[in-house]
Amino acid sequence: MSVESEVGLTVDGETVSSAADITVAAALLNLGKWRFRRSVSGSPRTPLCGMGTCHECLVTVDGDRHRRACMIPVRAGMRIETDD
Amino acid sequence: MDRSPDVVIVGAGIVGAAAAHVLTAEGLAVDVVDRGAPASGVTGAGMGHIVVMDDSPAQLQLTAYSRRLLDELAPELSASCELSRCGTLWIASGEAELEAVEAKQGAYAEAGIASEVLDGDDVARLEPELRRPLFGALRVPGDTVVYPPGLARWFLDRAVERGARLHLGTEIDSLGPREVRAGTTTISAGAVVNAAGPWSGRLSPGLPVTPRKGHLLITGRYSGFCRHQLVELGYLASAHDLSQDSVAFNLQPRPTGQIIIGSSRQAAGWDGAIDRSVLQKMVARAVEFVPGLAGLDVVRTWTGFRPATPDKLPLIGPWPDEDGPWILSGHEGLGIATALGTAQILADLMLERRPELDPAPFRAARA
Repeated sequence: MSVESEVGLTVDGETVSSAADITVAAALLNLGKWRFRRSVSGSPRTPLCGMGTCHECLVTVDGDRHRRACMIPVRAGMRIETDD
Repeated sequence: MDRSPDVVIVGAGIVGAAAAHVLTAEGLAVDVVDRGAPASGVTGAGMGHIVVMDDSPAQLQLTAYSRRLLDELAPELSASCELSRCGTLWIASGEAELEAVEAKQGAYAEAGIASEVLDGDDVARLEPELRRPLFGALRVPGDTVVYPPGLARWFLDRAVERGARLHLGTEIDSLGPREVRAGTTTISAGAVVNAAGPWSGRLSPGLPVTPRKGHLLITGRYSGFCRHQLVELGYLASAHDLSQDSVAFNLQPRPTGQIIIGSSRQAAGWDGAIDRSVLQKMVARAVEFVPGLAGLDVVRTWTGFRPATPDKLPLIGPWPDEDGPWILSGHEGLGIATALGTAQILADLMLERRPELDPAPFRAARA
């Protein structure tokens, strides 16, 4: 394995490590996180289409709200917040 | 038709719906006719700011009265009305406007409306997204926000519980003082109310109501981005001048976390298409006040037609003379804010009681 095979992330304030070269959505699911966001009525939402269409996987990435987790590769040092 | 109602109301927007609510509460038999669904015209396009406005003494009275009537109903309203007690901040754009803030507070106090003068630091603390430097603002804590189609539906549901009948998807061809005609059907009634908003002049030709186009835009959900309805103090000047196109900063936080951005005013006839240059000016004005808006996602833009009158006051009463059909129209951008006061004045006049507000400034036959 190369040195880039793992990256450090901050997820909901916790420092974690994740496989590199995967999407934010995959990384979160690997960590057992499935509550990506909340609907208007407060019910939890999780990735559905995995290809950028359904907007169910929106999370906050480096302070930027409503990013599609399934479309963004993880990057070392990325800060991710879920359950918004 | 198996009965002849006391009153038939044309228009199931917020004004017609509020009238149906108030008149059925008085025990009158009411029919409501609309060519589409409830709130499918101006009401569905509006922001739903329940605001006290002081463009004229009569407008101040009517908005203050209407806000109080809605407050009295607040405990009964359903969640779908989305009543939000966010208050309004009237933002001064410079030192020169601080005098106007004081004057506005004085006018509100005379009308029994509480408000508070804030300095720039207060404003920055309450709404950190506003651009510095901040000079001050008038905070009107009692102003609220509703979801207009939800409130219109709630009024109609109450009216239907008291026996009102709705005729939706029914296009009216013409109306008279005692009947409305839709195709081969005629509904006779003790009285007819034309509450067709900007379209009221089509049913009552010669009525001085013209469409005044507005654009709005709504963002995705950014809860906590701002807390108050934010309006620039110069808004009234922009709203007052009927002769030219104008934009003004007017921002509303929705309970969903979405943000509605307005506002524009244009005399553009019945062309409802999005006008990109106006939209651009409107958004640029909003970003001048709240730079962070530039980074938010927009999910929808739309337009609507406010029913405008030459003197900026609604028409409430029979027209063109005492024997004519009743008119409830011309509320411009304040239909949601003044629907209940309008409906109460109508009920008092119909039942030959003295309205709490002097109805003379709103007399339809003044025009």
